[in-house]
Amino acid sequence: MRHLYEFRDRGLTISLATELDRIVDRPIRFMEVCGTHTMAIFRHGLRSMLPEDLHLISGPGCPVCVTPTGHIDAFIRVACMPGVTVATFGDLVRVPGTNGSLARAGSQGARIEVVYSPIDALNLAEQRPKDLVVFPAIGFEATIPGVAATILEARRRKIQNFAVFSAHKLMPPALEALMSQSGLEIQGLLCPGHVSTIIGANAYRFLSMRYHLPCVIAGFEPADIIHALILLTRQVRYGRAEVENAYPRAAGWEGNARAQGLMQEVFEPVDAEWRGMGIIPGSGLAIQPEFSEFDITKRLDIEIPQVQGPEGCRCGEILIGQCMPSDCHLFATVCTPLDPIGPCMVSTEGACAAYYRYGRSFSS
Amino acid sequence: MKNKIILLEHGSGGLAGQELISRLFLTHLGNPVLSALEDSAIIETSTGRLAFSTDSYTVDPIFFPGGDIGLLAVHGTINDIAMRGAYPICLSLGVILEEGLLISDLENIVLSIKEASEKAGVPVVTGDTKVVPKGKGDKIFINTSGIGIVPDGVNISVKEARPGDIIMLSGTIADHGVAILTRRAGISIQGDLKSDTMALHRLVQLLVETLPEAVHTLRDPTRGGIATAFNEIAKTAGVGMDIDESKIPIRPEVEAACELLGLDPLYLASEGKFLALIAPEYAAQALDMIRLQPEGRDAAIVGRVTKDPASRVVLKTAVGGARLVESLSGEPLPRIC
Repeated sequence: MRHLYEFRDRGLTISLATELDRIVDRPIRFMEVCGTHTMAIFRHGLRSMLPEDLHLISGPGCPVCVTPTGHIDAFIRVACMPGVTVATFGDLVRVPGTNGSLARAGSQGARIEVVYSPIDALNLAEQRPKDLVVFPAIGFEATIPGVAATILEARRRKIQNFAVFSAHKLMPPALEALMSQSGLEIQGLLCPGHVSTIIGANAYRFLSMRYHLPCVIAGFEPADIIHALILLTRQVRYGRAEVENAYPRAAGWEGNARAQGLMQEVFEPVDAEWRGMGIIPGSGLAIQPEFSEFDITKRLDIEIPQVQGPEGCRCGEILIGQCMPSDCHLFATVCTPLDPIGPCMVSTEGACAAYYRYGRSFSS
Repeated sequence: MKNKIILLEHGSGGLAGQELISRLFLTHLGNPVLSALEDSAIIETSTGRLAFSTDSYTVDPIFFPGGDIGLLAVHGTINDIAMRGAYPICLSLGVILEEGLLISDLENIVLSIKEASEKAGVPVVTGDTKVVPKGKGDKIFINTSGIGIVPDGVNISVKEARPGDIIMLSGTIADHGVAILTRRAGISIQGDLKSDTMALHRLVQLLVETLPEAVHTLRDPTRGGIATAFNEIAKTAGVGMDIDESKIPIRPEVEAACELLGLDPLYLASEGKFLALIAPEYAAQALDMIRLQPEGRDAAIVGRVTKDPASRVVLKTAVGGARLVESLSGEPLPRIC
């Protein structure tokens, strides 16, 4: 825990914020890609410490949020099948599909268990040999190697009543799609720290080279985040566009070769649908045919429908920086954490949940 | 209410539960005493005022580090009575048992109840037992009710909160919530993660007897944690709250566990702590006194009641920022008490 306190040091954070305030001399917009950054920025009250001219917009880095409604519907359909137990991360449980959520299905008899890691789901399968335990796998490169390792472990332990529903997403193709669309006016990217530990800082070079976009990899503590914002602002001021690594204690330039190997061994890239961005080529992962016994879509012949998101919900636009949560008419009126309409209001990493919980005005 | 059926989140101690209570129970059963939504009701009798409270316990697992469902059932109701400044005198005990529960487990729970009630000096004076078929319950559910006597002149209530009051916590936060959640998640963390379940009536009695005018409001931050308790007080009393994050007592291993599990300790339950709103002129004296007692060793002043922003809780973060704190809403937290 030593690092936790070092990078949450009040004096250090305030000095960095003062420096940031000094160098921001024009209106600047940066995107924080990762939902964990969004949440950390709010939770530590960093917005109140940032210069007025510095605007942060949230990006497509909340795994639950980018998972389209069709996938949520399919997860719920699997959960309602006889003999199935869905073992899932807690964040997914309350995400609304077309009709209800996993939580609703659970209240009507479907078996839903909240787990903290895919290996817990595998252990659950071992404890309940009569059930088919399905793990809905959402998330980016930071979580995928763990799921890959779990599938290998399932094979090693010869556990046959375990399957994965892969809705994994890859970050670089999504960032490419985001930048190639017009209208996104950002001057820099706060790159996701956890994902970067796996893919490495080099993975963002195409953004700085092709799109002249400053990219800085940031950790998740207050001092990490403000430090990265300083580096981004300096690049803007001096007209540079480079990849800088402000999180070297965890992320390297090449990434984690072993984790990358695990991903490649078990999964293969496929085209995938993202909420708000449609289908992005090569941005998803399917389980390799060699491991199809652990692929629930093959095992139960599941089709994933393409369906419209909830009416009036602007999660899709919020995820790509086209609008802020407060621009959505549903925000904080019909859509609240208590009765969420869109996924960004459900997930702890969702922009709407963060804005609702922490970001509204102090005045009553 | 949009929901047609009860969901687990209705029981998590957050906004969904509050909505259920106000739209359904208070609509049909509301009266001035019930609708005040205090930790216990105060009833006027010809011989004085009584505090009356009831609480049900469904915690899973029933045995957890630092206690079990029996200890929790005794302490929880004693504390709800103490939160009005009353001194508890007796308890009722109702148990709903699921077919198949080991009698040895039940005996261990009854022994815990005996130990807790003897130590607290609050006897169980009436009880009831029911058994439901296997699969229709979960091992054991317990309900306890309690009666307490409110000393003359004591008037402790959420409504008494007023700007200028000092906000004090009697000890570290989130211990119970983290002990249950890490046990359920199967995560073992170095250090001693255990529930803080504990009776607080003696500490409250000392405070009320020694400094009768000091305490305006008491609340035990159980489900929903201190964030929800702060909000309930702010909204009921129409006051603001200014909380200093760096002053909130939390054990390092609890903080570490929260980091690992992605939980915010402000929303996790304590079962042996109160938060007190104290008139500023008594704050230093009250703090010294509480810290001398075993139940209040880690007590700290964490903030102050303000006039504005009314009904809002503002947290000054440890790194120097500021943000709002909202009530718990819909987190899929499992049964913790």
